[in-house]
Amino acid sequence: MSARDDVLARVRSALGRDPAVPEVPRGYRGADDDTDDRSTRLDQLVDRLEDYRATVLRVDADGIADAVARGLDGAEAVVVPPGLPDAWLPVGPRIIRDDGLDADALDQLDAVVTGATVAVAATGTIVLDGAPDQGRRAITLVPDLHVCVVLADQVVATVPEALATLDATRPQTWISGPSATSDIELDRVEGVHGPRTLVVVLVEGQT
Amino acid sequence: MTDTTERRQIALFVTCLADTLYPDVGRAVVSLLERLGHEVVFPQAQTCCGQMHINTGYQQQALPIVRHFVDTFEPYELVVAPSGSCVGSVRHQHAMAARAAGDEDLARRAEAVASRTYELSELLVDVLGVTDVGAAYPHRVTYHPTCHSLRMLRVGDKPRQLLEQVRGLELVELPDADQCCGFGGRPEEPCAMLADKMANVLASRAEVCSAGDSSCLMHIGGGLDRLRAGVRTVHLAEILASTEQVSP
Amino acid sequence: MSIDEDGPFTVGAPLPLAHAPRGVGHLRGDRPFPQAAREALGDTQLRRNIGNATRTIRAKRAAVVDEVDDWEALRDAGAALKANTMARLPELLEQLEDRVTASGGVVHWARDAHEANRIVTDLVRATGEREVVKVKSMATQEIGLNDALADAGIAAWETDLAELIVQLADDLPSHILVPAIHRNRAEIREIFLREMAGVDPALTDEPRQLAMAARTHLRRRFLAAKVGVSGANFAVAETGTLSVVESEGNGRMCLTLPDTLITVMGIEKLVPTWQDLEVFLQLLPRSATGERMNPYTSFWTGVHEGDGPRAFHLVLLDNGRTATLADEVGRPALHCIRCSACLNVCPVYERTGGHAYGSVYPGPIGAVLSPQMTGVEDNASLPFASSLCGACEDACPVKIPIPEILVHLRARHVEEQAAHRRLPTGEAAAMATAAWVMSDPRRFAAAQRAVGAGRLLARDRGGRRSIRTAPWPLSAWTTSRDAPSPPTETFRQWWDRTRGEDRS
Repeated sequence: MSARDDVLARVRSALGRDPAVPEVPRGYRGADDDTDDRSTRLDQLVDRLEDYRATVLRVDADGIADAVARGLDGAEAVVVPPGLPDAWLPVGPRIIRDDGLDADALDQLDAVVTGATVAVAATGTIVLDGAPDQGRRAITLVPDLHVCVVLADQVVATVPEALATLDATRPQTWISGPSATSDIELDRVEGVHGPRTLVVVLVEGQT
Repeated sequence: MTDTTERRQIALFVTCLADTLYPDVGRAVVSLLERLGHEVVFPQAQTCCGQMHINTGYQQQALPIVRHFVDTFEPYELVVAPSGSCVGSVRHQHAMAARAAGDEDLARRAEAVASRTYELSELLVDVLGVTDVGAAYPHRVTYHPTCHSLRMLRVGDKPRQLLEQVRGLELVELPDADQCCGFGGRPEEPCAMLADKMANVLASRAEVCSAGDSSCLMHIGGGLDRLRAGVRTVHLAEILASTEQVSP
Repeated sequence: MSIDEDGPFTVGAPLPLAHAPRGVGHLRGDRPFPQAAREALGDTQLRRNIGNATRTIRAKRAAVVDEVDDWEALRDAGAALKANTMARLPELLEQLEDRVTASGGVVHWARDAHEANRIVTDLVRATGEREVVKVKSMATQEIGLNDALADAGIAAWETDLAELIVQLADDLPSHILVPAIHRNRAEIREIFLREMAGVDPALTDEPRQLAMAARTHLRRRFLAAKVGVSGANFAVAETGTLSVVESEGNGRMCLTLPDTLITVMGIEKLVPTWQDLEVFLQLLPRSATGERMNPYTSFWTGVHEGDGPRAFHLVLLDNGRTATLADEVGRPALHCIRCSACLNVCPVYERTGGHAYGSVYPGPIGAVLSPQMTGVEDNASLPFASSLCGACEDACPVKIPIPEILVHLRARHVEEQAAHRRLPTGEAAAMATAAWVMSDPRRFAAAQRAVGAGRLLARDRGGRRSIRTAPWPLSAWTTSRDAPSPPTETFRQWWDRTRGEDRS
């Protein structure tokens, strides 16, 4: 018997002939229960992000490139995903479109600029799922500074809502502030392995 | 909530510990309930709830004790015990132990008796509908909520509601009150837990530490006495039964 | 197992339980809990570290849980979802395997730690690499993977800061979530100075500096690594999606930079659908670190073209989980989502730390999971390492009834003892006698009269009499506490005397 057969047989044996399958009560706030209005959501997102010590720049559609420039704060070499809109990019830094740069090459770069797929207000979370304006996962991991453009329309109130909009089979990274550890005496230290600085450009109004 | 003027017949499950070592607690329950106008009966056949056996793994051996408890208290409409842990055992362990031994009939009977068995503060507030029991106890008291009452029975703030109505009583907060005193543990960790519980009792600067369970009080009181700490332990029932006046 | 008309895999006689084997991994201590605990209780530094740490996390958790209006509804859903998943485990495992395979991953099954270690070692060998980077994984600690890889000449570099500390110190984790909680900053600095190649000799013990030293040390490894080994917090049967929930970014490093990713996961970590994650993604971060959401959560499904590893292997691990599943009362221990909230509220864990439990799963959940995985007798002291206070069940995000399972395992232990001995132990004999006494009122009253003799041991203390010292076995009590002096008459004697005519 293969290990697979063995393990499955043991599971079935352990459960017995007709294991009771409990119903799942869904009394919690679900994906369809959104009652917050948009400005509450945006304010809450900003509050949570700032609580995690991410920097938030609130702009309208015309101000994206300027905000990105402020967020980049003098970074010289910046990687961007292949599908990032040109209009979002400031003049100044050297822009490299990612085409499969290896880890060492990424390590030489100062910053990355991406869009996002959805943001969760309740938890201050930004979700990237590999869309053309976000790129592959490595580019938002290795550089030390991540500037992320989030459109107001992309902001939902809760985690259940976010899950409902996402495609499970896409590679996803859920980001809630810069990386941190509390392993040393529970003293929280920001910026261990991921980007130590996260700047969110929150765009209100039409793009 | 029941009409407080209706006279009820209440069977007292005094608990093996109070029966043997703390009879004052039993006497206090009797005098309190009679003062409130109710009839107290003491089924002489009673012995113990069996939690010691169940909690130490001797669940099979506990069955005759469980059966005896059910036989003894089944005839009564209302049962009260001055112990959160005993009522916890009756309510959450008796039927389980009977079922584990394959005795569905005993399990059903145990559930029926359990539905009529109350810890003292539950009986007073929920069943008899009273928070002012006419007590007077002019002392500074801190209250330890005990794990079974807190988490198993979820009596909530019923003891506080009762104590707040006691004339002359100054109720002070016990720091970290929800921390276990350590009674239920094996050898050494209880001492470590007791050390912190006693430190909190002393920090409250109370004269008296009270609780609804004689086992916890025996543990905490034993430690305080050993230290000659000058704080004594008194069961909730004894405070509520007290009509001690401040001397003029 | 018999084959009958309902299909090939229906149940005949139950299969014998397959426990986690001895001699491999870290599920068993070398001494019983009371011995290990006694030593730990005397370690004042350990007690300070753990006491501070657990108190801090408790407060943080309480604050963020308070914020959530539907917390209890989430807990109810989480508990039911896990029970539902266990009840449907065979179909869900098959569905997971099917989806992972369809997405370009390879699924392997491991009956126990030996098999899992062999599979992982062979997979690493097949790549030609001699080193791997690891994301913190309790499952790989449980099976002793690092030791097995080392035996095969393969170096496994832990990248989680706490696991790195534990590895450099040649130590074992003492907490599910914060494995180096037993170390303070000064100790960590010492360990780094001693064991970390190329570390700055002027390194201070300031946590930020220590974390940066770890960052520099590990960055080279991350960027060069070809093989990553991870665990998984959740696996979604519906889609074949796996998830790692983390804070530092080392998870992302190990999951995306190497060419080959090998994930070892216990079979109980399944959730049925993608949307079901909505419950656990809310319960886990708040219960674990007291945050609304942890910094990074990664999701991946098989292999993603042009993004991340080109080869993905999922090793599904039994190692005593099916034995745990077979006990209907003990089964909820498998619902654990490894948040460690129970450790942080446990008065026993707070005072003894994790090592005293002897298993990589310590604390309340460890006391019910470790014995079921190894067989109760191999961890017989763990179910007794508790005062049954119930704080763990209150804190558990999926409402595992830990005290009930502890009591149940105590009963299993007593039954095992009885089944394997010709003569009862002294304790068993005493308990049998006590039960005989306590099931009959006349015997009970007679025993009470015997207790009264204890009055002879009492001394006066300003109006109250108490017992300071007593012979064995009562000395177990009186070594640390006074005992009450038995009263002159018991309650029933008083009732009889004053109310004789009211006798029921």
